Amino acid sequence: MNKPLGTFDRRTLVKAGAAIGLSQLSAPFIIAARGDTPLKIGVDNPLTGTYAAPGKNEGVGIQLAVDQLNGKNGILGRRIELLTEDSTSGDAGAAVQKARKLIERDNVDFLVGNVNSALAQAMAQVSNEKGVLHVVPGGHTDGITGTNCKWNVFRVCTTTRMEANSICPLLFNTYGKKWHFITPDYAFGHTLYDGCEANLKKLGGTVTGNELTPLGITDFSAYLIKARAANPDVLVVLVQGNDMVNCLKQIAQFGIEKQLHVAGTQQELEAVEAMPPEARVGIWMFEWYWKQAAGTPGLEAFIGEVRKRTDGKVPTARTWFGYVTIHAYALACEKAKTVEAKAVAKALGDMELPPEVKMQPNKVYFRGGDHQLMLSAFVGELSQKGDGDPENLFKVNHIVAGDTDAPPVSETGCAMQMPA
Amino acid sequence: MLELTFFNVTNGLIIGAFYALMAIGLSLILNLSGVINFAHGGFLVIGGYLAYTLRPYIGFWGALIVAPFLTAIIGIAVERLLIRRLYGRDPLYSLLLTFGLAFIIEDGTRQFWGANGLPFSVPEGLTSALSSKFFFITGYRMFMVAMVAIVVGLLFVLLRYTRIGVRIRAGTLDLETVSALGVNVRALRSLNFAVGIFLAGLAGVLAAGQIGLEPTMGDSLLMPSFIAIIVGGVGSLTGTLFGGLLIGVASGLTAVIFPSASEAVIYVMMAIVLLVRPRGLLGEEGMLT
Amino acid sequence: MTAKAQGLAQQGRHLAMLAVIWAALVFAPYWMPLFGGYTALGTRVLVLGLAAMSVNFLLGFTGVLSFGHAAWFGLGAYGAGLCLKWVALSTPLALLAGTVLGGVAGAILGVLLVRRRGVYFAMVTIAFGQVFYYIAFQWSSLTGGDDGLRGFERQPLDFGPFKIDLLHNDVYFYYFVLVCFAAAAAVMAFVLRSPFGHTMIAIRENERRARFLGIPIELHIWIAFALSCFFMAFAGALYALLNNFADPRVLHYSLSGDFVIMAVMGGMRRFWGPLLGAVIFVVLQDYISSVTVNWMSFIGALIVLIVLFFPRGVLGLLGQRRTA
Repeated sequence: MNKPLGTFDRRTLVKAGAAIGLSQLSAPFIIAARGDTPLKIGVDNPLTGTYAAPGKNEGVGIQLAVDQLNGKNGILGRRIELLTEDSTSGDAGAAVQKARKLIERDNVDFLVGNVNSALAQAMAQVSNEKGVLHVVPGGHTDGITGTNCKWNVFRVCTTTRMEANSICPLLFNTYGKKWHFITPDYAFGHTLYDGCEANLKKLGGTVTGNELTPLGITDFSAYLIKARAANPDVLVVLVQGNDMVNCLKQIAQFGIEKQLHVAGTQQELEAVEAMPPEARVGIWMFEWYWKQAAGTPGLEAFIGEVRKRTDGKVPTARTWFGYVTIHAYALACEKAKTVEAKAVAKALGDMELPPEVKMQPNKVYFRGGDHQLMLSAFVGELSQKGDGDPENLFKVNHIVAGDTDAPPVSETGCAMQMPA
Repeated sequence: MLELTFFNVTNGLIIGAFYALMAIGLSLILNLSGVINFAHGGFLVIGGYLAYTLRPYIGFWGALIVAPFLTAIIGIAVERLLIRRLYGRDPLYSLLLTFGLAFIIEDGTRQFWGANGLPFSVPEGLTSALSSKFFFITGYRMFMVAMVAIVVGLLFVLLRYTRIGVRIRAGTLDLETVSALGVNVRALRSLNFAVGIFLAGLAGVLAAGQIGLEPTMGDSLLMPSFIAIIVGGVGSLTGTLFGGLLIGVASGLTAVIFPSASEAVIYVMMAIVLLVRPRGLLGEEGMLT
Repeated sequence: MTAKAQGLAQQGRHLAMLAVIWAALVFAPYWMPLFGGYTALGTRVLVLGLAAMSVNFLLGFTGVLSFGHAAWFGLGAYGAGLCLKWVALSTPLALLAGTVLGGVAGAILGVLLVRRRGVYFAMVTIAFGQVFYYIAFQWSSLTGGDDGLRGFERQPLDFGPFKIDLLHNDVYFYYFVLVCFAAAAAVMAFVLRSPFGHTMIAIRENERRARFLGIPIELHIWIAFALSCFFMAFAGALYALLNNFADPRVLHYSLSGDFVIMAVMGGMRRFWGPLLGAVIFVVLQDYISSVTVNWMSFIGALIVLIVLFFPRGVLGLLGQRRTA
């Protein structure tokens, strides 16, 4: 029968709908017949938009950990089923919707996400409402383990305060006391600046200026002009992601790093890989770096596995965040001998990571008071030459332990409300 | 303070030149075909990424010339296959189509070239600054301004002195009559679209040298282009040129006084223009009403 | 068939259609899970569907393209959130606050905007929408900036002797939103059937002729614009209650685009078209984004296909077949 383009058969539509409906109904029967119910982990992270790169890398770490665990008996004898949803990079409505979907429809036992701190906090509201264990691998705003801390929410990556504390004393002692800042104009940037300013004041330095830049701006020339005119000892660049790449490129183009010292706090391999060699300048901290002392337990295997899964690329801090999130959860479940959220939360608080999971010196553990992971800060310098190895773009000078640079729980503003 | 202001005004002109390049391409397409090309930023991205891929084979200068042409060819294909069908219809449809197209382009570039940003260095000779005092006037930024000036100049010559240019200008005012005079309007529209996309592709290559490559980099440039057109006056290319420069300078000046508002100020300018002189600075009354 | 019989048959079909729509909406929490849906998805469809209908009030029925309507949606969301956070813990008050904020702002700015038409009007609405986006972003002390407005949640409805918990019970909240939706839809339908509504359609069909008939065009367009802004703001306020959250993205032109697409997809010339479009768009996006990371290409391709081959939308298509 000849149908003109653009018409469709109502009957076909009904048939298709029925088929979809029936397939949804039949699926659970198949799983039940197998005799074991899998443990469901839901990941609600950006896979599109500005944060797609870190989101994907966290996903690599997560998938690797899940595959490793499933190869060895899963968690408490149960196979892990990983459900991944795209939260988008900035649509909180979508992120919350996906979180609800994972929790209500798919009944996940464990929620993971989000790279974007605002989305992470929105999701935390939902996970807390529903009493599901939630770990934030890479969302940095302090509130997640500070003023908005919750009994079911844990965080892996550093807080802005930890970052500032880890690097400021070094910068002050090495380069001088007059600092000029370029700060992204949103909550993360502001808290980062506050942390640095507090450190600077305590050490006896001065702030020559603070340029608040709109998010997503591509041209930093105006701010660099001002910074240069203020003649500081150190230019502290707090912008992140693509903004960081552009700012450093322009710093190199203008030759500013030849007149002042350039530094910042958090640096990410995803950003560094996007920079041309001449832009790789300054002193920074990484939350985890792949090139470490030979013989670090688990490191070689980890790097090898990640290379296989990413077409030869090395793991970034984000990969490590994802990896740690899953393994920490597995360990906590084993310790609590159940997957019930409150018990696992209790087990996870104060839990120390074993050597082959933490892959760094210093003790790494979740602090019970605020559920923040005490991870080390890898402080060092970006290198333009790559030190002979084209992948080794950063030279680590110090590894500062997490609990030395983290402010005590009393100062974070966290007043954890434990459930009844 | 005076020096700082002068620096920022000069810097603003450099940024503005770039906005103008994007806006002029957008304006060409809008004026002749009445199409609001939401995918303009997407074509910028394609231009940049093509340059990145071609560069190892034909070098920076080769990529600079070839990439915009390739982008324009893709533009013609899009115009022939998709946009052409919508000319008679409500402007809503072409707007929606380009909106959907922008999605596809962003996802496509992410799929082919990866989500992570890619570096794009410029030739050694262009990197040094004019002088230690004028450190922000780097060779590359001067090169960008020069490119924009050359291309825009060529465009104006094309529009004023060539037959095609005259037809395009006439078509902007009254397409029906131009058609009645025997001009192949379909080919004219395709060519006009191609020129607009060529400019977007070129902007992409220039942007790549400045800010690197990233699938979402087109988004932040789309809005300023719109505003340059509104401020400068719909229907007037010269207006769009001045609109771009003006918002660039405004942005630069605001960075001195009130840094965090340097992006928002262009919206304020647009609001002021709409209140005081709705047709834009150099716009003509009745142009697309 | 005689004309009278045809008319009755058409009325009968119309009532049957309404019955089907409302039955589906009322029983949604029960049949949705059978198809892999979940109640919160249904609530989202309702809210976004209302927003799409508000845009269509202007687009489909007056023939005016506003591509920046998310601005009023966002203002409604922020209005509701700010009210709940700083003024009073009351859901109805928050709804009112949001609706008024967005509606009044739209009415005021509408005076500036209605002087333009066509492509230029669309561009100006986009740019104006972005102004609000920037304000929400920059005025972070009030709006929370990029992090969004947090720290509020929907409050239970207090009817004295008993309370309805809207926060923890998704199904109750769904019905609350359905009631709100029904009220808004009723008002919209009423306006469209009134003489004013007919004038709007006349303007859409042929503006010049309407002007020659002595109809004050700008005034009518302004009223239609203002009304659509109020409906939009109401939808936005509901959205803030749905998420317990308001962020700058609710003001972004890409959301405006989504609403227009829903209206076109479902059928611009039909009252229920945008709701159907919202169903298709939201459900598809939810489903496709779980299945593939390239969902943006699919959605983009879908938009392109709809624009090229199905510009009348689904309802328009079904309508054609019926009369053919």
